[in-house]
Amino acid sequence: MFMVRGAKSGRINVFHNTCTHRGAVVCRQPAGNAKAFSCFYHAWTFDSEGRLMGIPDRDAYGGELDLAALSLRPVARVESYRGFVFASFDPDIEDLVSYLAGAIEYLDLVIDSTDGEMEIIKGTNEYCIEANWKLLAENSIDGYHAVSTHDTYFKYLLALGTDLAGGVNGTSYDLGNGHAVLEYRAPWGRPIAKWEPLFGEDSREEIARMRADLISRHGEVRGSRMADTNRNLLIYPNLVVNDIMAITVRTFMPLAPNRMDVTAWELAPRDELAQLRQRRLDSFLTFLGPAGFATPDDLEALESCQQGFTSGGVEWNDISRGMARTPAANDEAQMRAFWRRWSQQMGTAGYGERESR
Amino acid sequence: MTTTTGAPASPAARPAEAAQTAQPAQPTWPTWPVRPDEVVDLDALGRSRIEDFLCLEAQLLDAWDLDTWLTLFAPEASYVVPCNDSPDGDPARDLVLIDDDELRLRLRVERLNSRRAHREYPHSRTNHQFSNVVVGVREGDELPVVASFTVWRFRNGKASYYVGKYHYRFVAIDGRLRIRSKRVVLDMTTLRPAGDLAIIL
Repeated sequence: MFMVRGAKSGRINVFHNTCTHRGAVVCRQPAGNAKAFSCFYHAWTFDSEGRLMGIPDRDAYGGELDLAALSLRPVARVESYRGFVFASFDPDIEDLVSYLAGAIEYLDLVIDSTDGEMEIIKGTNEYCIEANWKLLAENSIDGYHAVSTHDTYFKYLLALGTDLAGGVNGTSYDLGNGHAVLEYRAPWGRPIAKWEPLFGEDSREEIARMRADLISRHGEVRGSRMADTNRNLLIYPNLVVNDIMAITVRTFMPLAPNRMDVTAWELAPRDELAQLRQRRLDSFLTFLGPAGFATPDDLEALESCQQGFTSGGVEWNDISRGMARTPAANDEAQMRAFWRRWSQQMGTAGYGERESR
Repeated sequence: MTTTTGAPASPAARPAEAAQTAQPAQPTWPTWPVRPDEVVDLDALGRSRIEDFLCLEAQLLDAWDLDTWLTLFAPEASYVVPCNDSPDGDPARDLVLIDDDELRLRLRVERLNSRRAHREYPHSRTNHQFSNVVVGVREGDELPVVASFTVWRFRNGKASYYVGKYHYRFVAIDGRLRIRSKRVVLDMTTLRPAGDLAIIL
């Protein structure tokens, strides 16, 4: 697939990256501007609205060619919400706002946290995990593993002078349609807008000003929620927007039952103060990046699960944690929300054929 | 929540870990043409002496002797790896994979020496290889050096690789050759062939 804004319509078009002639890809650059998409194989050319504009030696078809039918194939459904473009191969899927259900509130909290525009920072994390994709859906909203898996990250924070005393405290919510979120307080600072010593004394005033600004714009409850609390949001099935010490937008595609490609970007206010941007960049790469102090250990955990599953003796995972209480951020209610939706959609097909041993 | 579920591995605890990961023997200083404590003249340093130094660095990394590896850096050290899709990435503005100053580099080494860096416990076997070494023209107190590299990583039955270019800035600290900055630019268009980047390149 590729995405392009139509030069005439201004619409965001998402097309299958497939020439309607013989199938080669028509967009071969990762990003940029183009007036036309010309297939290099036989030089069929399409415009940014997907219309077929040029065919070399067109006379050979004797005027029988239906150009409209040979437009680039759009992906079945494309809708945007506040700059997030969603595509679906299901033509009958419900409208995006209904689909997002309770997740809307959490996307709003991210986008509304600046009065300017958000941008994706240059530099993409494109890595891979040799594990089933659903394990990353779980892991991205798993508060229980933080202490055990990420011990070296907390030690790193401690070495930098972060006060870990408050710990991680919060709640998990089922947002409907398989979406789920953890909302919690954590020791680390937030560039919007929770100061900690690591940010430096010279940022203290600016962060206090940003926090006051949020509260004046959104009221005490919503404003302080944006400033002080962290949110790990899973939008079913494979989009994660974690608004923590930095904001990651992460998606993952299964390539095989035991392998996924992960692509992650960093979201930030476009006109952020340089010193806050620096802290945000540092926080992202040290915690969320695949060369940091935490994410490699998540990869190890997921691949370790995948390896453990192959032994065949343990057929089920236990994700009952928190069923006996109001689910906390380190419980597993959010995973149950994901799996219930998955089970509902997959039916018995989700369980596969039972192998005879 | 408590985060003090275990102390970082103390230096005394490391030999036991090392034994478990069957590490190769460490290089012995006197056999090396360039010793870290040897006084050198930055202007008179030819390519082969730089290559000796890079070879020493590679051996230390392959031996997981990261504490000694750290001593190859100048006090104001920097170690940067840009993202695969933006090789010109500037750590002050752009998202990069690694942006270590002296402190973070030391903390990275502490992490990798610990048993709780799960991705690297037990450690991968690595082979750091370099070639096409070009010694540049001295700029101020720095000597720029560029080299191609391939780093092979083997662990848990999996083989992966990293390919790219090293961009070094060497300085002489009290006459001793040290790395002031090491920028590692990956040629792979994504990190996917390697999975992640938990090791040091």
